[in-house]
Amino acid sequence: MTKNLLSSAVFAGLIAGLIAALLQFFFVIPLLLEGELYESGARLHFHADGTPSSDRGAPGLGGETGRHLMTIGFNLVTYTGYGLLMVAAMAFARERRGTEITAQNGIIWGLAGFIAVQLAPAIGLPPELPGTPAAELGPRQVWWISTILATAVGLALIAFGRSLLMHAVGLLVILAPQFVGAPHLDTFWGVAPPELSAEFATQSLGFAAVGWVTLGYFCAFFLKQGEAE
Amino acid sequence: MQTVKPSWTPVGCDGKGEKTMTTKTATIAATGSNTLAFAFTLVVGLGLLTVSGMAQATVLHDAAHDQRHAMAFPCH
Repeated sequence: MTKNLLSSAVFAGLIAGLIAALLQFFFVIPLLLEGELYESGARLHFHADGTPSSDRGAPGLGGETGRHLMTIGFNLVTYTGYGLLMVAAMAFARERRGTEITAQNGIIWGLAGFIAVQLAPAIGLPPELPGTPAAELGPRQVWWISTILATAVGLALIAFGRSLLMHAVGLLVILAPQFVGAPHLDTFWGVAPPELSAEFATQSLGFAAVGWVTLGYFCAFFLKQGEAE
Repeated sequence: MQTVKPSWTPVGCDGKGEKTMTTKTATIAATGSNTLAFAFTLVVGLGLLTVSGMAQATVLHDAAHDQRHAMAFPCH
């Protein structure tokens, strides 16, 4: 069992991490590098006379091979990490609730993972473009982790709860951290164009969704494959 | 003559009792080891995520920086 769980998560994590990293290099990293131009002051959007304007255009991936290899490497680590949590949850649901695990319904698991880990925390803490000062790291990490846990528990109550009451409690648990609210600064300090920040948030979320669906699909695929042997 | 039915499952005196006992033990053992497998998998997963997303050691933070932004970990 342990061997099957670990190998399923590693294979699925490598595939999903690689696909996610490729998409990031195409869509997300150029925006991130463009944001850094504002963070470092190499480009200015808000001028002293109050007129906001600046040229659009990413600086290109450039010759920073080491940096980009690290990004690919850490994507593999992150997706394998999430994959381990996912296969454990899948195998647990199968053992305790008789839930059938197939590649197809793995897509639903992936979407649920995306909602819990990316979408729900992003409602309070949008993915940050460099050059966007935010509140203290500690409280943000606490809110981020709590929101992920609450959303995951809420989704599980809705998916596996056997009564309307359980489903209603699930919804409330999902909404609770949003009503508590994420920590924010009292002042806006952003130096990058708001358009660029918005684009970064939607693109990183969109392609994380692709990564998560891929992860769910392959976690389930390999988990089932391993059991059949 | 009255037969007294024992309240406990006889073990070792008839085939049936023995069988029940064996099956039960096997089920409990299998469940126990699976729970351990789930827990172990969770801990390894959380360990990897701590390294790639949460740990603030400068070297680690800088190396994982772009990925943390792209995956929306709270960074900086």
